Amino acid sequence: MAAGTGSGSTVSAIFSPVRLWLLLPSWIVIGFFLLLPVLLMLTYSFLTKEFRGGVIWEFSLSAYDQFLFDRGLFGDEPPVIKWTYINIFIRSILQATGATILCLLIGFPTAYFIATRPMQSRTMWLFLITIPYWVNLLIRTVSMKFLIRDTGPLNELFLNIGLIDAPLHVINTNFAVQLGLFYSYLPFMVLPIYASVERYNFAFSEVASDLYASKITILWSIILPVVKPGIIAGSILVFVPSLGAFLAPDLLGGAKTFMIGSLIEDQFKGNAGNWPFGAAASMILLSLVLVVLMFYARAQERDQT
Amino acid sequence: MISKAFIGAAALALVANTAAAEGKLSVYHWFEYIPAELVEKFSKEYDVKVTIDTFDSNESMLASLKAGTMGSYDVAVPGDYMVEIMAGEGLLDTIAKGELANMANIEDQWLNVSFDPGRKHSIPYQWGSTSFSVNRDAYSGNINTTDILFNPPEQLKGKINVLDSQGEVMAMAALHLGIPQCSADREQLKSLDALLQSAKENWASFGSDIAKDVLVSGDAAVGMIWNGFSAKARAEGANIEYSYPDQGYVVWMDNVVLLRDAPNRANALNFMDFLLEPENIAAVTNYARYADGIKGTTEFLDAELATMPENNPRAGAGAGVFVAVCDQTTQEVYDQIWTRLRS
Amino acid sequence: MNRTFDITHYRGFFGVTCLCLVILYGPLIIVMVYSFNDSLSITNWGGVSLRWYVDIFTGLESAKFKAAAWNSFTIAIMAAIVSTIIATAASIGMIRGGNFKGKFVSFALISLPIMVPEIVTAVATLIFFSTIGFKLGTLSILVAHIVFCIPFAYLPISARLQGIDASYEEAAQDLFANRWMTFRYVLMPIMWPGILAGFLLAFIISLDDFIITNFIKGAGIETLPTAIFGSVKQGIKPNIMALSTLLLLFSIALVTLSYFIGKRGEVTQKLQQ
Repeated sequence: MAAGTGSGSTVSAIFSPVRLWLLLPSWIVIGFFLLLPVLLMLTYSFLTKEFRGGVIWEFSLSAYDQFLFDRGLFGDEPPVIKWTYINIFIRSILQATGATILCLLIGFPTAYFIATRPMQSRTMWLFLITIPYWVNLLIRTVSMKFLIRDTGPLNELFLNIGLIDAPLHVINTNFAVQLGLFYSYLPFMVLPIYASVERYNFAFSEVASDLYASKITILWSIILPVVKPGIIAGSILVFVPSLGAFLAPDLLGGAKTFMIGSLIEDQFKGNAGNWPFGAAASMILLSLVLVVLMFYARAQERDQT
Repeated sequence: MISKAFIGAAALALVANTAAAEGKLSVYHWFEYIPAELVEKFSKEYDVKVTIDTFDSNESMLASLKAGTMGSYDVAVPGDYMVEIMAGEGLLDTIAKGELANMANIEDQWLNVSFDPGRKHSIPYQWGSTSFSVNRDAYSGNINTTDILFNPPEQLKGKINVLDSQGEVMAMAALHLGIPQCSADREQLKSLDALLQSAKENWASFGSDIAKDVLVSGDAAVGMIWNGFSAKARAEGANIEYSYPDQGYVVWMDNVVLLRDAPNRANALNFMDFLLEPENIAAVTNYARYADGIKGTTEFLDAELATMPENNPRAGAGAGVFVAVCDQTTQEVYDQIWTRLRS
Repeated sequence: MNRTFDITHYRGFFGVTCLCLVILYGPLIIVMVYSFNDSLSITNWGGVSLRWYVDIFTGLESAKFKAAAWNSFTIAIMAAIVSTIIATAASIGMIRGGNFKGKFVSFALISLPIMVPEIVTAVATLIFFSTIGFKLGTLSILVAHIVFCIPFAYLPISARLQGIDASYEEAAQDLFANRWMTFRYVLMPIMWPGILAGFLLAFIISLDDFIITNFIKGAGIETLPTAIFGSVKQGIKPNIMALSTLLLLFSIALVTLSYFIGKRGEVTQKLQQ
């Protein structure tokens, strides 16, 4: 993403007199149809909820209050910190972290392996890794669901070869959701790491080896620090979408393990009908993501100086 | 440039598709419950293009209408208590006397219902019950108690699917505890909340549209489900038995309502007339495996429907109750309980 | 590397890579295999047959899927065209517009749709349309798609433009070409692979979108993902698998196409250097 800020020598100013006209369409479209709606949503989070859906244009902190505090079933007990929604956020963060770690464990060796292939076959490997991404996420999640359900092919295979006695009950568990997230975003982890490893000069490894460093030491002390930007980029590309994911928890988690995405969706499309609360939860999610991204931007800046 | 012309043409095509015109009908219907052939028949008879959108619970239908789709649909198919709620919210259009030619076909007991006295906004569609079904391969004990849902035996823990429908779940919970629906008594409400929180530990998933599939595929051993849907699951090979608990169960009636600001009001009324004809509504009944509220359908119905267990409560079962509409204060507490349950 | 001791080699990494590919392709291949299953049930094998493919086009649900496919493709093409045009203009403005104050803000704005989580975008858009009374329908979907396609189109286009030496345009300017001619006859041909890649990326992103579309679609409008989702929740039927396989093959074709265009672009660039 840093490439877009134009720090190369090919930046020229030929089009600068008309640049306003060139940039205006994108500014207007995104500003009007995304920025403005987000600001409106921020406003909604401070409004009063209308009974059975909708909003009343009256200022109220009740959405955020409901998020943090439990005033009892009837709304009249003294406020106690309510952990329900905070737990949903924590659970989502944990699920997203789990998915990121899974992606890292599988993605790093894969990216490294591809980067060390001869030039011609590298493109083929990358191709192989990215093709599944082009398949609709819904379809990929559904096929994962089909695969791991109690009566699905995977359990049938394990039962037939005698690996297990009873079907592995994976569907509708937290692990299934993490598996789904991992499956959805794996290529996002592989590609940035690959880009980083590709730029690594393996001469360093040879020098270290001449100095009697073991391969493990080389990996840990030399390669990893160099590849760190790629790892961070990949982790963010997996972590952020996983935080707000909706499909995996819904289809694979049995709609019982609420994550942030399901919580928000339920406010608008489901039974709950509390718009200001949905808006508040969305704002909190957005803030979380922006904080993560800001850390990333700072880390990038530091790396480049 | 060519691309400009192409964009123009495509835009025109899109707009033409979305513009309201003669010969259209937009229906908001429960998922998987109206046979496609019947819709075809209506389409041909009246020369109307029908589009059907689906929802999986009364509450999400209401949420969607309030979120901006009012004025896009002509008719919807809410349950009994939702008709009352919608009327209260001003979402329904009134059917004047005489606008529906086939009003006389409605069975007497369904004419003057508490949720729509005088049938000013709706016509009966299908009625049935909501309870739960148990897979007999997984459990052979007594299933005729709501304990199976709320306090299950060891073998069934973690294998229960519950409908994602606030009204029905809360009603079943109230029946289980033996307390009145929409009770304003604080202790009773607290016990309702406590029951649901503890029961949730043993539930595997919430889902209405997956209710049949989880029983057929074996993902769940117990599924809260509607009677006709359960009959379909049984027909697809699931070894399940529909339960009529001692504590009682939920009964419901789905109704076709005329929505306010319906873009094709005339076609909507034609559709409702069409569904009031015995032969047509019998087609729905045969497909959905429920029961209808129209006179003269017996000759068109499958013989099996009359005798199948899902349509015949056992002697000694508890009472079937309709979901009650609560006042705002109590409803807000119910909403709180539900949100706590679903989170 | 012909050495017997390969410093880059780590034992087990090849195995993990294979595992990775198995995980990525496993579910998809299973779906493909079962799409040829002759039996109605998902889990019992009944023999090879094409009946489900026939069913998608002629069966009970075919009308719904056809309408959904039509919606998906028309929206995707229009969204891709509009967002590519806007993104091309934006990238020229950003990369050939010199340095200006607020360049970083401009970049942040353009990439905003990618940074905001999809569910938040969906909710915000729904609230916005509801407040201004914008009727939900195909047009509402199109507008929302254009918004999030812009940054996806922008990325390959600007990457390509970045790698183009500015001297060509300067030469054209020296020859008294105005800016439009410079763009039309010098920049655009060289940028073309990037523009096409951006178009294809935007197209696929729009085709694929589920969450945002599901939130703001109007009455009676389905796109392929929303239609599949509705159908799948009621049970994974074999015809869905056939449909999924078709979509999978279509995506592969598009990606291959994009790849070869990219290669041609590289060759053209190499020739110019």
